[in-house]
Amino acid sequence: MAPLLKVETLSIAFRTRKGEVQALHEVGFEVAPGEVVGVVGESGSGKSVSAYTVIGLLDQAGRITHGGVEYDGKPVAGRQRELRGREISMIFQNPRAALNPIMPVGQQIADVLKRHALAGRTDARAKAIDLLRQVKINDPEERVDSYPFELSGGMCQRVMIALALACSPRLLIADEPTTGLDVTTQKATMDLVRDLTRARGMSVMLITHDLGMAAEYCDRIVVMEKGHVVESAPVAQLFTDPQHPYTQKLIAASPGPRSQLAELTGGIAAPVSIAPPRPREPGPERLLEVVDLVKEFPRRGGGVFGKKPAPFRAVDGIGFQMMRGESLGLVGESGCGKSTTSSIIARLQDATSGAVVFDGQDILQHPSARFARMPERGRIQMVFQDAHDSLDPRWSAAEAIAQPLRRISGLREAAAVTRRVDELAEMVGLPANLLSRYPHQLSGGQKARVGIARAIATDPLLLILDEPTSALDVSVQAVVLQLLDRLRRDLGMSYIFVSHDLNVVRLLCERVIVMNRGRIVETGTAEEVLHAPRDAYTQKLVSAIPHFEPERLRAS
Amino acid sequence: MAAIARLRYTVSENPLTVIGFGLFAVFVIMAVFGPAIAPYDPLATRAVNALQPPSMAHPFGTDHLGRDVLSRVIVAARLDLGIALSAVMLSFVVGSALGCLAGFRGGWTDRIVGRLSDTIMAFPLFVLAMGVVATMGNTVQNVIYATAVINLPFYIRVARAEVAVRRNAGYVQAARLSGSSDLRILATQLFPNVLPPMMVQISLNLGWAILNAAGLSFIGLGVRPPAAEWGIMVAEGASYIVSGEWWLALFPGAALMLAVFCFNLMGDGLRDMVDPTRRT
Amino acid sequence: MEKLSRIGGRILQAIPPVFGVIVITFLLTRALPGDPAVFFAGLMADDSTIAQVRAELGLDHSLPVQFLYYLRDLLQGDLGNSLSTGRPVMTELMARLPASLELTLAGLFLSMAVAIPLGVLAATRPGSWIDHLCRLLVTAGVSLPTFFTGLFLIYVFYYLLGWAPSPLGRLDFLYISPPQVTGFYTIDAILVGDWEVFWAALRQMILPAVTLGLFALAPIARMTRAAMLSALSGDYVRAARASGLGSGRILWVYAFRNAALPVLTTLGMVFSFLLGANVLVEKVFSWPGIGSYAIGALVASDYAAVQGFVLCMALLFVVVNLMIDVMLTLIDPRVGLES
Repeated sequence: MAPLLKVETLSIAFRTRKGEVQALHEVGFEVAPGEVVGVVGESGSGKSVSAYTVIGLLDQAGRITHGGVEYDGKPVAGRQRELRGREISMIFQNPRAALNPIMPVGQQIADVLKRHALAGRTDARAKAIDLLRQVKINDPEERVDSYPFELSGGMCQRVMIALALACSPRLLIADEPTTGLDVTTQKATMDLVRDLTRARGMSVMLITHDLGMAAEYCDRIVVMEKGHVVESAPVAQLFTDPQHPYTQKLIAASPGPRSQLAELTGGIAAPVSIAPPRPREPGPERLLEVVDLVKEFPRRGGGVFGKKPAPFRAVDGIGFQMMRGESLGLVGESGCGKSTTSSIIARLQDATSGAVVFDGQDILQHPSARFARMPERGRIQMVFQDAHDSLDPRWSAAEAIAQPLRRISGLREAAAVTRRVDELAEMVGLPANLLSRYPHQLSGGQKARVGIARAIATDPLLLILDEPTSALDVSVQAVVLQLLDRLRRDLGMSYIFVSHDLNVVRLLCERVIVMNRGRIVETGTAEEVLHAPRDAYTQKLVSAIPHFEPERLRAS
Repeated sequence: MAAIARLRYTVSENPLTVIGFGLFAVFVIMAVFGPAIAPYDPLATRAVNALQPPSMAHPFGTDHLGRDVLSRVIVAARLDLGIALSAVMLSFVVGSALGCLAGFRGGWTDRIVGRLSDTIMAFPLFVLAMGVVATMGNTVQNVIYATAVINLPFYIRVARAEVAVRRNAGYVQAARLSGSSDLRILATQLFPNVLPPMMVQISLNLGWAILNAAGLSFIGLGVRPPAAEWGIMVAEGASYIVSGEWWLALFPGAALMLAVFCFNLMGDGLRDMVDPTRRT
Repeated sequence: MEKLSRIGGRILQAIPPVFGVIVITFLLTRALPGDPAVFFAGLMADDSTIAQVRAELGLDHSLPVQFLYYLRDLLQGDLGNSLSTGRPVMTELMARLPASLELTLAGLFLSMAVAIPLGVLAATRPGSWIDHLCRLLVTAGVSLPTFFTGLFLIYVFYYLLGWAPSPLGRLDFLYISPPQVTGFYTIDAILVGDWEVFWAALRQMILPAVTLGLFALAPIARMTRAAMLSALSGDYVRAARASGLGSGRILWVYAFRNAALPVLTTLGMVFSFLLGANVLVEKVFSWPGIGSYAIGALVASDYAAVQGFVLCMALLFVVVNLMIDVMLTLIDPRVGLES
């Protein structure tokens, strides 16, 4: 069958301050009618640039230096305007921003219908409602008049899908359509895209960084790296018999339900420990006990005369225990209270009620502002989700790592600080020559290492990891996870690992707590929770995680 | 090194900024050495010499009292820039302190400071300045206070917004974890990051402050004759415009305009350096 | 219905600023160095007049009680009597307000008519000559002292070219002012169909209005350009293009309507500047508005008049801001919900 879309030796260059930068190098792939093709790669691989070139929305600074794109046998150059919406349409990441904020969603759909003469003034509204119904929005008659800010992220993406499918195009480009959505919403959205496009016999070009998702929803996968297509193969073949070393590395680094930490870097063993395990000072066997912890936030509204609404309970009376040296996973979707819980334990926030007994004393006794200057401060430390945001842009890596040394450990002498900073940098595998750099001069993985070095500087007993790898590419994530695991064993620390991704949590933690709506719904060993969940919510969560199982693919 | 490269890049991208800084240097020289480089005594009147058009002896002509306009324009720089600079510094210090506090503490502090700046902003600012000078007394000092008051809300807003955005930034949380007190966080992590946008604000504000002070003296508030000040000189020259003696008002007016222009150019240039994405 | 309640809520929110404005104008006069009664009674007053003024202002009482006296007078529309004319300040301000308003609004509309298209054009063609023109105008425009621009225009168009009428007031003395309906000479002249007077009034107004317009041009053009640039690079514009909408619809309905929100907000600020600049322009063109009235009062140390002027201007500005906010509420469904 002739391909619907054919990208041929496409090269794109961008004008930048540093001159022209080549973003794509002779990229080529095809999408057959009715086929779902995944374009997979890490950040900077050029996967989005190829998509924007296809639909003709390339940034003005970009220009095609070689090759081109053919749609339905004819070059698209010059006729993208007529193809857009009618033949090729697109859905985006961050769906809320992709909808006009001051126009009701129904009218936005009607706009597209009218533009392509598929509806007139009289029937546009009815057709918009019908489309909303097709994307499974409840009460479409009411929602048609809603503004984007009144809808959830998942709903906005459904509206976006309705917009994209309004004129029954033959090719849908989905650019990371579920980034920022919760796993269960992600699954619902992707299932919807699959069902709708399959029913219409449409082709889909799915751009994603998530191999698991690509495996689940695509027929064929194109792997890109630094502007090159390195491999292109049907899904089963790609996962069972990857040819290119980069594909192999990517597959190995993506955590699945059965992968082992050591395998993530392709079987290369994690570097040997640099320090022998240190005996920690003795203390009670039970390191942490959280008792009936509650955190309420006042709700807005009510006005001058209205009754004050009941406060919102972000954390609703949870309790758990942790042993010395244990690693505990705290799992749930956004808004489940896991981050609030961890930041209360880290004493960055005060709780409404409850107790947190750490190493034998209730640390909630001291307000968080005072706790900052107590010696216990050094015993509980935290690694943040966004490594970039957690580094002061005006401080070099060394200064950032030295901050807790000066303030908590009381190191005053410059030479001693430098010595300790060098030691910490070596422990986290940060080359010493990078220590003088500022955050914007470091890569994501390097910034993550700086954040970890800072957190372990005071030799804490408990380290709270708040989604420390969620912003990183999978290959970097793999290395950071191995580093964290090694540090825990070397330094005898305990971890609370906060994450939405059970597959990642399983790699680092023995025990897992699943939270939903401020409550604990299930606890158990990581294997139990992942492979035999008891609670209904956990089951839904586990089944929503996109993943690939080479064994299963091989069997099929 | 990177900073120098960036500076060079910004400069080559935006030659207007260079002009701005050049003009600024000229005005600073005028302000510092004014009386020394002025060819005549700016206050010396000579009735016989009145209303001379520009000539070799008097490049900018003479005014209705026979005073040399060039000398007066040069000498006035000190007074005009002095008023603007003191006023802006005053509102910068008070405004950034209040704004940082409001942004960092939130709650009641924020509400009170916000109410204060809203109330000031509820007035047409020049009118408020008129009212303040009119009632507090017609002196140069009060012009400075009035100009400082009407500039205050801008500093409060910038500082408050910048601090509030960063209050819960990861690196502030990290500093708390590292055992820093609130005051230390405010001083070492928040304030330094607020400074760049504040510098832009200061530069843009200086031009506006000069305009305000000159406007006040144009309607007879603040600086009194015979002192040399651009606003007053324009006011004095105004009545001669309709009879064709343009040089009385034109030269001080042009000096005023150039001064404001130069601060605006510098402000735009600084903004480009601080945040290239917000370039307008 | 829901919109009405949001607009109602917005009007309620205007109460604190009005209160703040009244408090400040009250405090300003009490900050007078020395005895306010002496100042309010004027230089020529004898002891008994001063005593009378003191009683009127309630100066024997504590500050809060004095404030209540002040509020009571305000509610009765009593701003005190002008020293120089002896007439109520309220009457004099009201008689002169239309002149100021006509001029300020003319200046505002003039600059909007130029600045908004200019800003849109500059944003749609970044890097083009029109973009550079816009940037130059914007930077030069904010640097112009209005009183100087006004004088310059008078010199060129009145003295050198002789195109403009003499810069003295709203109407040449040859004409009789039209019967007052709105107080705006141009509109009143149209209402009675007197085109000759209309032209005469318009000719008088052109130079001062252009002076004000030049001043307001810069901030409006700057904000329009910036808001359009950010709207055009927004995700929703990209999505609209991806679904094949026409470029006209994308530009005006998707980008411009969103860009209009920050521009409207800026207009409030611009109006504040214009009211200030208006005072200077009225002096330059001998325009008989409240600005020149205030300057006269300043020279004569007529405190009741100055106080009335400041209050009047501030209340005018509060009303304008309120109108802008109501417009924002009508355009943007998100406004007024977060509070």
